[in-house]
Amino acid sequence: MKRKWLSGPYVLWMVLFTLIPLGVVLYFALTDAATGKFTLSNLAKIADYWPIFLRSIWLSIIATLICLLIGYPVAYFIAHCKPTTQRLLQMMIMLPMCISFLLRTLAWVALLDDTGIINNFLTSIGLSPLPLIRNNGAVILGMVYNYLPYMILPLFTVLMKIDPRLIEAAEDLGCNSRQVFSRVILPLSVPGIVSGITMVFVPAVSTFYISQKLGSPGTILIGDVIESQFKAAYNPNFGAALSLVLMVLIFVCVGVMNRFTNDDEESMVTL
Amino acid sequence: MRRTNRIFTILVFIFLYIPMIVLAVASFNKGKDIAVFQGFTLNQYKELFRDDNLLRLLGNSVIIAVLSMTIATVLGTVAAVGIHSMRGKLRSAVMGLTNIPMTNPDIVTGVSLALLFAFVGVLLRINAVLGFWTLLIAHITFSLPYVILNVMPKLAQMDPNLTEAALDLGCTPVQAFFKVVLHEIMPGIVSGALMAFTMSLDDFVISYFVTGSGFVTLPVEIYSYTKKPIQPKVYAMFTLMFVAILLLMVTMNLLQARDNSRRKKLRKREAYR
Repeated sequence: MKRKWLSGPYVLWMVLFTLIPLGVVLYFALTDAATGKFTLSNLAKIADYWPIFLRSIWLSIIATLICLLIGYPVAYFIAHCKPTTQRLLQMMIMLPMCISFLLRTLAWVALLDDTGIINNFLTSIGLSPLPLIRNNGAVILGMVYNYLPYMILPLFTVLMKIDPRLIEAAEDLGCNSRQVFSRVILPLSVPGIVSGITMVFVPAVSTFYISQKLGSPGTILIGDVIESQFKAAYNPNFGAALSLVLMVLIFVCVGVMNRFTNDDEESMVTL
Repeated sequence: MRRTNRIFTILVFIFLYIPMIVLAVASFNKGKDIAVFQGFTLNQYKELFRDDNLLRLLGNSVIIAVLSMTIATVLGTVAAVGIHSMRGKLRSAVMGLTNIPMTNPDIVTGVSLALLFAFVGVLLRINAVLGFWTLLIAHITFSLPYVILNVMPKLAQMDPNLTEAALDLGCTPVQAFFKVVLHEIMPGIVSGALMAFTMSLDDFVISYFVTGSGFVTLPVEIYSYTKKPIQPKVYAMFTLMFVAILLLMVTMNLLQARDNSRRKKLRKREAYR
């Protein structure tokens, strides 16, 4: 019996709704909006948007690093709890992800706004309000807040799997705790670090809501430009070209990241 | 060291839950401004249950989530069994296909599907192609990889002799699947289905690009509130949803904990024999 044919409908579905759409993106990116003829002008126009691309990449790299620095100790702590506590904490990390990220971002606006909760509190105790919103810092905060769970969960998964006997062995062989960390724990957690970085960086670099609500017109990201090509300016051909470049950039980044690990079927999102 | 880490972890959890507290407090607020608490009221909750429009949007979201979860779980589980029997290049090709929607940013997935639907719409001369069906197709597409990636490890963990034994004892391959394999991989199917459901319920970016004015889900509607001020009853709705999900998770956690301790006891008893 040919069991592999069972995946036939699935493969057909994925070809129809992921591969062919990417072909359509390519087609739109390489054709003129008015005449429908082949053109490279959409791609050439992207040169004007390089500063925005660079800003998106720069802000999301910072956000990803902050997520890693915050997420690693938390994941490490959870991985060393009792199994019942572990499950509880894991659940508490996933819980915010279930609530609309639009509303959670709006809650941050309410907190950081010029007449928001934090500034109201500051003025009520006699301090002057701070410029907390509509700057790069607020956008980074929004990214870190929204995508931190995607960093913690894969890190926790690999840290939990590390055999405690390996750590004991390293200690027996004379490592101090810092050496145990840098020579045993850190190298073994690389797969988790890689999938965590990917899972934070990819949505961060392509976001558009966070930058609209927490940023200013001066901090727009590439996601905002793509969104406006489809929803406001209505130039799907240029929007497709931008999406294509964004996709290629991300595939290059992810490809480079994945060179650090060799197991490609490592499932990063299982519960 | 461990103590500083504990304090740090608590601080991170506070950070994660601050917006949730803001939303919950706002749902009991008398005033309209989320930043100024003017007094306690339950009116927002009353308003919520009188608002047919908001409840209809929530209904839309739930319909899409249930349908896309069901279809993606069935299609994905069957596909995972197929992929599990594949080897070599074919297998990596199919896994590569599975990884495309995972590595692609949501905005690119949304845009590419929107362009495909527009393209097909032009070919078939349909004017308003975006709506319920395009939304459903998109949700199934981004849910499928989660089902596959949750079921595959369970298939790999399963003892292949189990299927052999079932076949030797006279099961047809289909019976062996339903009586043995399905039971073994059930935890993977359930977690895949759960992920598919929550991803679908909360998805905004992809839905935003593939939905038309005819059929709108809750997140897409909330996005349109950027132009008009948000109504406080929305906070009430999300506070209720938060509590519902919390209760669901706690129950699941308790059930799992009970299951685990029962298994531990069984294992102990077996060890004594």
